[in-house]
Amino acid sequence: MTKRLNPQAMKTPFRFKIGRYILTAHGLLSYVFLYAPIIILIIFSFNASKFVTGRWHGFTLIWYQKLFVDEAIGAALRNSLYISLVATFVSTIFGTMVSLAMERYNFWGKMPFDALLYLPIIIPDIAMAVMLLLFFVMVKIPLGKLTIIISHIAFDISFVAIVVRARLAQFDSALEEAAQDLYANNWKTFRYVTFPLLMPGILAGALLAFTLSLDDFVITFFTAGPGSSTLPLRIYSLVKLGVTPEINALSAVMLLASFLLVVLSVWLQKGGDGKVDFM
Amino acid sequence: MNKNKRKQWRVFGLIFPSLFWLVVFFAIPLILVLAMSFGERGTYGGVIWNFNLENFARFFDFSDPLYLRIFGRTLYIAAITTLVSFLIGYPMAFWIASQPEKRRNSLLMMLMLPFWTNFLVRTYAWILILRDQGVINTIWAGHFHNAVVWLVAVLPGLPLDWLVQATSNPLPLFGTNLAIIIGLTYGWLPDMVLPCYAAIERFDGSLVEAAQDLYANRVQAFFRVIFPLTLPGVVAGSILVFIPSLGAYVTPDLLGGAKSVMIGNIIYSQFMSARDYPFGAAISFVLMALMLAGTLFYFRFTVAGQKGEPGHD
Repeated sequence: MTKRLNPQAMKTPFRFKIGRYILTAHGLLSYVFLYAPIIILIIFSFNASKFVTGRWHGFTLIWYQKLFVDEAIGAALRNSLYISLVATFVSTIFGTMVSLAMERYNFWGKMPFDALLYLPIIIPDIAMAVMLLLFFVMVKIPLGKLTIIISHIAFDISFVAIVVRARLAQFDSALEEAAQDLYANNWKTFRYVTFPLLMPGILAGALLAFTLSLDDFVITFFTAGPGSSTLPLRIYSLVKLGVTPEINALSAVMLLASFLLVVLSVWLQKGGDGKVDFM
Repeated sequence: MNKNKRKQWRVFGLIFPSLFWLVVFFAIPLILVLAMSFGERGTYGGVIWNFNLENFARFFDFSDPLYLRIFGRTLYIAAITTLVSFLIGYPMAFWIASQPEKRRNSLLMMLMLPFWTNFLVRTYAWILILRDQGVINTIWAGHFHNAVVWLVAVLPGLPLDWLVQATSNPLPLFGTNLAIIIGLTYGWLPDMVLPCYAAIERFDGSLVEAAQDLYANRVQAFFRVIFPLTLPGVVAGSILVFIPSLGAYVTPDLLGGAKSVMIGNIIYSQFMSARDYPFGAAISFVLMALMLAGTLFYFRFTVAGQKGEPGHD
């Protein structure tokens, strides 16, 4: 049987083939770099030793058991969920409203307002944290859950608006015109046409806001008061005390939760138009 | 006329909640910090609102360059982080872009997945790896050290004494600038890869053929055609890595040591321990000015880059 030569392979000089192998090896190694720390972290959450070193001492679930009976972590989890849910709820409504105005209407002062809407995204966390802390101290709002929620809404609005506006920008206005031709008034057009079509974008924005709120450390750290510790704050204070396998277990649970949220949000966005937007 | 009024009210109603929130809880606090940076610390930790540039003079003091040195180190760490991210991220983006479409999407998804997990948790993972009792040093000063000692015992003639010496101590990784650079690169790598990928993916392959028709070899084709045309993506990615690296707080706090303090850490200590709010505000001011300059550069460059591109896509 004659061996068939790949014409492409004949044209490709040997030197370039090596280049291609190096590129592939580099690509694969980069993914190892991205995932190795996470995998190591998860592996050592199952390690039967009080000390997290590079040595393996056998499999155990005891650190997860300890996690679920830890009262401080339970309280932090409740705070985190409460804060994130309230912040997400408010910022999703505000963000969707402002998106409709920005994409549909022209008005006086739109440009500077657009800039104001983007600023919370690009400003460094630490700067936003500092200015909110100063503000709350000056106007004498006691630091606690309320100040955390206020701060989270302030940055969540911008992220919700970005996602919803992207969705609105690719919206087919002929559908709304068709509804109006069929004698739907403004409200009915919005309720039965615009809103359902916009829903995947709104949900994706809400999930993004929820993830950001749940994960935020720096801004929460500055605007938290006594008794309002969230999960990231709890992890931080535990890490400051020293590395323990319980932190690994807690981290592994948080990683899993974030993974699920991301997969859910990608799935939601895919449900709309088959295109996935990566921020 | 009446309809127009109604429309105006509707727009106002849609905007008002966000406008109110962003003005009261963002713009006013921002102005407050900027104003306070020109103030002075009172005797009991309060603020005296007398306009002066004392805080900035203290920060940029060449005769006592304590803060200037931290400022320089922050710029240095952010620059190296950006460079390393580029060296890892650009070939990575190139590789992803050369994959079949289905795999490309999964690879992008896998790139973003760690990015959306908690930053603190990801930084903590690096503590486990880099610290003296960590994964790398358990291998280096444990397994590898034992292997070398065993080798020397079996074959006494080998000149490996220096290696026995070197492996008897853990590698100084944790608490150094290197650890911070690793942590920041890990944290912001996707921000470099995505814009590079977008630029490479949009790239018109027939331009390479044209270059080769003109007798350019592959190296020349890359450096004189592909790279210059994907440069806007590189610049965008660089800014997206550089800006958050400048403002880093968690990474230097957890992975760095006393000799690798960054701007973020001194802002924190001015507000939380020294209670010198005006000075902390002034340092934030400097940080925000840098960020703003970077962002303007970003928009300038990317918008100009898109305009200068040939009319494909």
